[in-house]
Amino acid sequence: MRRWQLFTRGIVKENMVLVLMIGLCPALATSGTVRDGFGMGLAATFVLLFSNIIISLLRKKIPNEVRIPIFILVISTFVTIIDYFMQAFQPDLYRALGVFVPLIVVNCMILGRAEAFASKYSVLDATLDGLGVGLGFTLALTVMGAIREILGNGTFLGIVIFGEGFKKSPVIFMILPPGAFLVIGVLKALINKYVRKEIR
Amino acid sequence: MKDPALIFLGAFLVNNIILMRFLGLCPFFGVSTAVKTATGMGMAVIFVMTLASWITWIVYHAILLPFDLVFLRTATFILTIASLVQLVEMFLKKSFRTLYNALGIYLPLITTNCAILGITFLNIDNKFSLLNGTVFAIGTGFGFTLVIITFAAIRERLDLAPINPSMRGYPISFIAASLMALAFLGFSGLFGLT
Repeated sequence: MRRWQLFTRGIVKENMVLVLMIGLCPALATSGTVRDGFGMGLAATFVLLFSNIIISLLRKKIPNEVRIPIFILVISTFVTIIDYFMQAFQPDLYRALGVFVPLIVVNCMILGRAEAFASKYSVLDATLDGLGVGLGFTLALTVMGAIREILGNGTFLGIVIFGEGFKKSPVIFMILPPGAFLVIGVLKALINKYVRKEIR
Repeated sequence: MKDPALIFLGAFLVNNIILMRFLGLCPFFGVSTAVKTATGMGMAVIFVMTLASWITWIVYHAILLPFDLVFLRTATFILTIASLVQLVEMFLKKSFRTLYNALGIYLPLITTNCAILGITFLNIDNKFSLLNGTVFAIGTGFGFTLVIITFAAIRERLDLAPINPSMRGYPISFIAASLMALAFLGFSGLFGLT
């Protein structure tokens, strides 16, 4: 039961992007369409999951004084792997995400989980935590991508939704940078009002 | 696009690093509570960004390219920048006390700032020469400073405004940033830059 909570905690209650406001740069930059948001989410989940596992395995060997450089090295190894993997197998997605794929290395979410969780708990716990937090990140990016793509382009995963008329003159504002700030601002306000009532 | 002046304007206004490229959002929302701290952060970013673009350009062209180690780019750059910031901090502390007092507390924060690393990657991806890369980094740094100071001024006003409790804090800041980004969209197409 405790393990199940470790997994679900990162998805909703402590969602990195929408609740804790961590990892904002990729969340805002790559949520222009559902595909980009989902792709970015999966890439970050991959890095988070495997860096969590490796750091948890090495947690008794890593000297405390140099732990941060070691975490960064482990993380950048997996970032390089996903970087080259996407370049080879998903070239369109890779071009759309651009510089944000290598920049997963400075996503504070991943270093934060390494420092606060993976370096202290067992491999199984760290795996569940990495999966949960990663899926929460993917969920947040996909939701934002869906809102922005539907309103800003009139499509969902490229499928026309509101008919050709809307497709011709959509709310272009939403897929441009200002739309990203607006969507996350409104989502955060809704979460404050309906989900986190008890905290206020 | 080879003219340094155009590169500067493009990085400063048209492709503003915060509002158009979405890099460096953590300090943008974290340190923009007062104009004074925002100014300090902006200056520190200009300083480190310029130094980092030199060092990484040299590392990339003198070490990674000749030895065919380009796949190590991500790991090398982040470690180079982290050690550079440490070194600069120690040097400033010993030799330029006034500058250290002004920038000191912001320097460690900058190590994990995706704006710095992002600019060094963009420098390489755009195949800039050392001069153009420097101009690009300085322009980007000034763009960062301009936006973070303006935003801090807005937030100082927002603290006093009567706002619905669920909109307070982050949500209203995001919406203010959205309006600023809308204003900056007006710069797109300036001197034919996109």
